[in-house]
Amino acid sequence: MDRSLAAVQLKGITKRFPGLVANDSINFELKKGEIHALLGENGAGKSTLMNILFGLYQPDEGEIWVNGEKTVIEGAAKAIELGIGMVHQHFKLVQPFTVAENIVLGNEPVKGLKIDYKLANEKVRSISERYGLKVDPQIRIKDITVGMQQRVEILKTLYRGAEIVIFDEPTAVLTVQEIEELIEIIRNLAAEGKSIIIITHKLKEVMALADTVTVIRRGKVVKTVTTDETSEQQLAELMVGRDVSFQVEKTKREPGEVVLSVDALQMKGEQGKNALNGVTFNVRAGEIVGIAGVDGNGQSELIYGITGMRSVSGGSVKLNGQDLTNRTPREVSVAGVGHIPEDRHKHGLVLDFTLSENMILGSYFEPEFGRSGLIDYKAMDRLAVKLVDEFDVRTSGIHTNARALSGGNQQKAIIARELHKEPDLLIAVQPTRGLDIGAIEYVHKRLVQARNEGKAILLVSFELDELYALSDRIAVMYEGRLMGEVDAENRDDQQLGLMMAGNKSAAAVPRERG
Amino acid sequence: MKTLNKVFNKSSILVPGVAILLGLIVGAIAMLAGGYNPIVAYYSLLDKLFSSPYNIGEAIRAITPLIFTGIAVAFAFRTGLFNIGVEGQFIMGMTGATLVGVTLDLPWYIHAPLAVITGAVFGGVWAAIAGFLKATRGVNEVISSIMLNWIALFLSNYIVATFLVEKGQQKSRPVHESALLTIDWLIELMDKARMHWGTFIAIICIVVFYVLLWRTKQGYELRAVGHNPDAALYAGMNVNRTIVKSMFISGLFAGLGGVFEILGVFGYQTVMAASWGYGFDGIAVALLGGNTPVGVLLGAILFGGLNYGSTGMSFGAGVPSEVVRIVIGSVIFFVASHGLVKWFLKPFLNKRASKRKEAV
Repeated sequence: MDRSLAAVQLKGITKRFPGLVANDSINFELKKGEIHALLGENGAGKSTLMNILFGLYQPDEGEIWVNGEKTVIEGAAKAIELGIGMVHQHFKLVQPFTVAENIVLGNEPVKGLKIDYKLANEKVRSISERYGLKVDPQIRIKDITVGMQQRVEILKTLYRGAEIVIFDEPTAVLTVQEIEELIEIIRNLAAEGKSIIIITHKLKEVMALADTVTVIRRGKVVKTVTTDETSEQQLAELMVGRDVSFQVEKTKREPGEVVLSVDALQMKGEQGKNALNGVTFNVRAGEIVGIAGVDGNGQSELIYGITGMRSVSGGSVKLNGQDLTNRTPREVSVAGVGHIPEDRHKHGLVLDFTLSENMILGSYFEPEFGRSGLIDYKAMDRLAVKLVDEFDVRTSGIHTNARALSGGNQQKAIIARELHKEPDLLIAVQPTRGLDIGAIEYVHKRLVQARNEGKAILLVSFELDELYALSDRIAVMYEGRLMGEVDAENRDDQQLGLMMAGNKSAAAVPRERG
Repeated sequence: MKTLNKVFNKSSILVPGVAILLGLIVGAIAMLAGGYNPIVAYYSLLDKLFSSPYNIGEAIRAITPLIFTGIAVAFAFRTGLFNIGVEGQFIMGMTGATLVGVTLDLPWYIHAPLAVITGAVFGGVWAAIAGFLKATRGVNEVISSIMLNWIALFLSNYIVATFLVEKGQQKSRPVHESALLTIDWLIELMDKARMHWGTFIAIICIVVFYVLLWRTKQGYELRAVGHNPDAALYAGMNVNRTIVKSMFISGLFAGLGGVFEILGVFGYQTVMAASWGYGFDGIAVALLGGNTPVGVLLGAILFGGLNYGSTGMSFGAGVPSEVVRIVIGSVIFFVASHGLVKWFLKPFLNKRASKRKEAV
């Protein structure tokens, strides 16, 4: 195969949105059979660029060349026709349909007026075998894991004849083992001559997987390098534009009294399944306890149960010995619990309130913000100014709507608000989700600082690196129960991964390392 | 001067102004197509509105209930609810006022306030039913409040026809003098136009609407629940109770509108074949006013004024009432479609902006 031929060439692509140049004369070349990573922070313009290639946006300037021919891609249909496929971050699958039905959807093999399911199954099976995907065409989507669903998405692009496959943040929802398998699959695809683009902000995966990396910052290409000639550190600096430290400075510290104790917590879920099946653990003052696990294994429910946002059906929650089981969110908050919620847009902020109004979201009822039933706007603004200053929230003013802030600054605002409550227990769920490296550094620093000040911190994260960097202890959650606990310092990636996948024996084996 | 400049330069004033103009132009085209003279028609509209104290007074009377229903809709909307049942709450307000006004005999300083409060609470409770169903059973308030409109209509008719009826007529006995809220000296002043205290209460309600939502902790809760119920729950607010409360307050405003139609304008309640439509017009008013306090006031003036003045168009220019509805409809259409008007204005605004740049 002639590897020097370009599968895709983007020349001088510029895309403007009101008040923003998302792509600024970007040049990008994908060679045939190559795995090319597109690396950049959130909002750097990677997704915009790929949406242009997939025909979802039209560029304002620039040319697109596919397989040596200049083309205009008016829509996704044209992109598919040109052999471009995209595996989206959020899967687009019909849950009650089988794998094969999903794959042939929109392009079904027919026999007379009927869909030829037998042929569909055979076709899917043969593609699946060829690329080592190991997917059963006749199983229903709702019965398979997220990792498998992703493979169905990959199959879908291959079935439609994709020669160029774009992956949008493909590892965001996968376990450690699934990521390894995915890397294997992507390598297979490349070996078979497919050209691959991976959109990501994870440096490790870039190094492990890609041949070439193009780093984008603020809509411009900073550099294109091969992975042999670069390092994680260098890529991070290219991506952020300055030195970054991955290491969070954290001194060893003896934890104090038990602050939060959760005992045999149960919660009813949907369809008779329990969302929580007797979760027991505690968090002491001055320590960070991490909860690891794949998304959807009861982590959100656990936090809802502790904070009173959803009622539990059994067990107990105690804070400093005080029973808080099934209390209202306000009672829990007043008792001394700060909560950085998982979804800052859904729970953390009222986006159409001003930043200032958002700063009193959990404390507006306190007398310091007015005694007569009227809100003391001056007191509110004073607090907002103080917190914005102290936590370096970048905003055009405290009366700006929260919606107008960047994700990192929204998160800083929430952290400022929750820490200002001086809580005994701080719950942080996915506190750095969607943030860029600079903001992640800051959030991590603040959490460790709170720990050093003697607060008990419960951290839920899907990012193992984050858990490793911050936690003193890590508990693994699977299907509504804790599989076990590991010491963050002497951990074992493989074991943790197996526990996250629900392997009981991994948890039962006493570890003898460290 | 500076602030004045700012107010007029703001597109928030310009856009509705141009929208009204566009609406009138489209209305004129419709009239021309029908063979009527639009200039004469618009002249008669203005003439009808401003020609005499009586007409001015009657226009104010027509505007007043729209302020109440406009606030009711806007208030609910601000708290994330679509109260389409303002019509029914308005009718319940009328019925409450009539009940107290007709059946009780009290000194005026007790009777009138009692009738007002009863009517308002009738409206509030009627709305709260929809709120309660939403909070406890997840019933969409749009569906339940539409159904409650019909229940209100027939329940009121039943109450009037059974307990309050004037023998041999399709209406209630007159409300006692002591409960009436007309302003006699103003009626004299305005050549017998039906003036009443409701207009002033409506203005006060606009202030209440603003203060309650934007100045109190209660309002903070109501708005938070309206914008983002999940965040409200996270912040420790009782979302379900807030929904019921919000509907109740919205219903109070609607009920007050009904109260003053009885105590201030008619003095009795008829058995109605269909509802009056003030509640539905309130939706348009709230929409026109962008759900803001001052906006609702202006929207009610525009809507009520057009409605009242349109009778002049029929008389003065012979325009049939159907065509008059087209004119009103096109004005509302353009005011409601901000985007369309902004698009229309864009070339002009851009030119102005570039000129300003050049000047700098």
